[in-house]
Amino acid sequence: MTSASTASTASQGLAGTLHDPDDSGHFGRWGGRYMPEALIAAVDEVAAEYEKARHDPAFLAELDRLQRDYAGRPSPVTDARRLSEHAGGARILLKREDLNHTGSHKINNVLGQALLTKRMGKTRVIAETGAGQHGVATATAAALMGLECMVYMGEVDTERQALNVARMRLLGAEVVPVTTGSRTLKDALNEAYRDWVASVGHTHYILGTAAGPHPFPMMVRDFHRVIGLEAREQVLAAYGRLPDAVVACVGGGSNAIGIFHPFLDDADVRLIGYEAAGDGVETGRHAASITGGTPGALHGAMSYLLQDTDGQTLETHSISAGLDYPGVGPEHAFLADSGRASYEPVTDAEAMDAFRLLCRTEGIIPAIESAHAIAGAVRLGKTWGPEATILVNLSGRGDKDVDTAARWFGVVDEAALPTEAPDTTDAASGEREL
Amino acid sequence: MTTTGTGITRLAEVFTTAKAEDRAALIAYLPSGYPTIKGSLGLLTQALDAGADLVEVGLPYSDPVLDGPVIQHAVDAALKGGVRVRDTLAIVEQLAERGGRAVVMTYWNPVLRYGVEAFARDLAAAGGLGVITPDLVPDEAGSWLTAADREGLAPIFLVAPSSSDERIASTTAATRGFLYAASTMGVTGARDAVSDTATTLVARARAHTDLPIGVGLGVRNGAQAGEVATFADGVIVGSALVSAAEHGRAAVARLTTELAAGVRGQHTGR
Ligand SMILES: Cc1ncc(COP(=O)(O)O)c(C=O)c1O
Repeated sequence: MTSASTASTASQGLAGTLHDPDDSGHFGRWGGRYMPEALIAAVDEVAAEYEKARHDPAFLAELDRLQRDYAGRPSPVTDARRLSEHAGGARILLKREDLNHTGSHKINNVLGQALLTKRMGKTRVIAETGAGQHGVATATAAALMGLECMVYMGEVDTERQALNVARMRLLGAEVVPVTTGSRTLKDALNEAYRDWVASVGHTHYILGTAAGPHPFPMMVRDFHRVIGLEAREQVLAAYGRLPDAVVACVGGGSNAIGIFHPFLDDADVRLIGYEAAGDGVETGRHAASITGGTPGALHGAMSYLLQDTDGQTLETHSISAGLDYPGVGPEHAFLADSGRASYEPVTDAEAMDAFRLLCRTEGIIPAIESAHAIAGAVRLGKTWGPEATILVNLSGRGDKDVDTAARWFGVVDEAALPTEAPDTTDAASGEREL
Repeated sequence: MTTTGTGITRLAEVFTTAKAEDRAALIAYLPSGYPTIKGSLGLLTQALDAGADLVEVGLPYSDPVLDGPVIQHAVDAALKGGVRVRDTLAIVEQLAERGGRAVVMTYWNPVLRYGVEAFARDLAAAGGLGVITPDLVPDEAGSWLTAADREGLAPIFLVAPSSSDERIASTTAATRGFLYAASTMGVTGARDAVSDTATTLVARARAHTDLPIGVGLGVRNGAQAGEVATFADGVIVGSALVSAAEHGRAAVARLTTELAAGVRGQHTGR
């Protein structure tokens, strides 16, 4: 493990980059604001407040204090020596966002936006959540700062991430199961937007990923840039070199953009995002928006999108609730087009194999989302061999997924489990060996 | 087509006619494909026959973020029934062939996917007059404004109570036909009272434009239509008609007749 302190701080993530969108939020042809006029004033307010905040020493100091004393930053980098043996001998370095307070990278963004909410004088926050990690982080920050909190979550996800529903309620948030559409993350976003249009006077929408209308993709990215800033410094200090590749799972793309961004100008560092391929991209049952999608506008931005020939959003599938989303943040679409980053699919089965592997070799139970990144790193290590160093963003821990994993591997007595089994996993239970 | 003129000029006639009669125009929203494709054509025809001056043909979309439960449910059913973008265009064409005036109300992604130029061309060929775009603001509408202009179609944008004066100015500058004033902050759905934010918004918009102004979001009966008609040029009714549509053509006819009396100041209250 690398040294516990770094010179990099969260506030440095907000310092501005050479890779910012234009004034209206476009990354090339991607991004922008495809949204109702009624909410334009609200996003304008967020953009203006963020611009002020990121130049305000008091705001930056408070952000750094919270990230350090409350969330536990910096997160360490772990050299996964035993995992390496299963990955062609490549050195696999894990950036441990799973060790942050609340158990994932999501807290980085939420603390920033919650502070912004206070600055704007708003008293209520809403959030969408898939895996529940963003919802838990939002409920946590709301409790800490005395804000009212409502979290929208697809009904399918409230079942498969029941632990996080309980956590949010314990923290004092109201959790609203969303029963429309596919009852997953996309529908939770729809409900959050509907709430916001009617409540915008006193409510801030803490969007949970680097997607949505400007300024969210840039602002959420900036709050997460600390991941890459720390990791770059930590890897250089410990190994005297940069990694050959930096890899992460990609749902909406926040943990990936956070770790990628500080490496954008390091031309020799490959950046690879792993998308949820569900049953396999060729089956149509997947959530790999860049690999399998086409350009379109959803939830506020132009990006890659899983849609039919009429522009209707397609139903997605992934064992991972946090990756089960038909879109992706616009900066990833831009990076994919430019070739600076590449995006590859990882199936449910590959992710669950990696999940087990990390449990058994490193004593770390990862979030199933993050297991997609581990699977990608193992695949890459096998191709590149022992000379390679691969930095993986371990975006979250897997406590929330224990039930899903137990079903997948058939390690628990079926009778002991709730009868309302999420259909994404029960069909396959009992067939695999842990 | 039985009539001549571009979509924009034919849309203007809706409001000049109403004005000449010293009343507001009645604008009726119903989605295509609900309860079936044929059924929706029947309901839209019914609305026109019972006194709607213009219909908004809703193009069903999977993620209608600005719609409340009533319209969500209807478009969901329409999509499950297999309605396609081309069915919406065909419905507009059939309405236009009978002399009916129709605009399309659509979220933007289906148009993007169809191709902005192709959609403008096909809608104009079908006899449609314009497009209302609830999730497209002029800032992102460059290619649409060009295509609409070429085809003589009206790009109809929304203003909201939260819109700054600056945005009201830029939005009205890009709009043709009529301006859509979303009277309340919230999703579509019938409301008990006409909010006073509507009058304020219309007054603010009038400072920037001579375009007719239609007011929507929440109108559900003749009395409310009459109230809105006192300060707006058009009264837009959606959710209440969709709720009526659940009960069939007669219910749509009845409500439309009531609303048509309302915009003429002839509704006696209920
Ligand atoms: C642990 C974890 N990783 C990754 C994600 C995916 O989101 P993003 O792509 O924004 O990082 C989630 C979302 O819920 C998550 O909980």
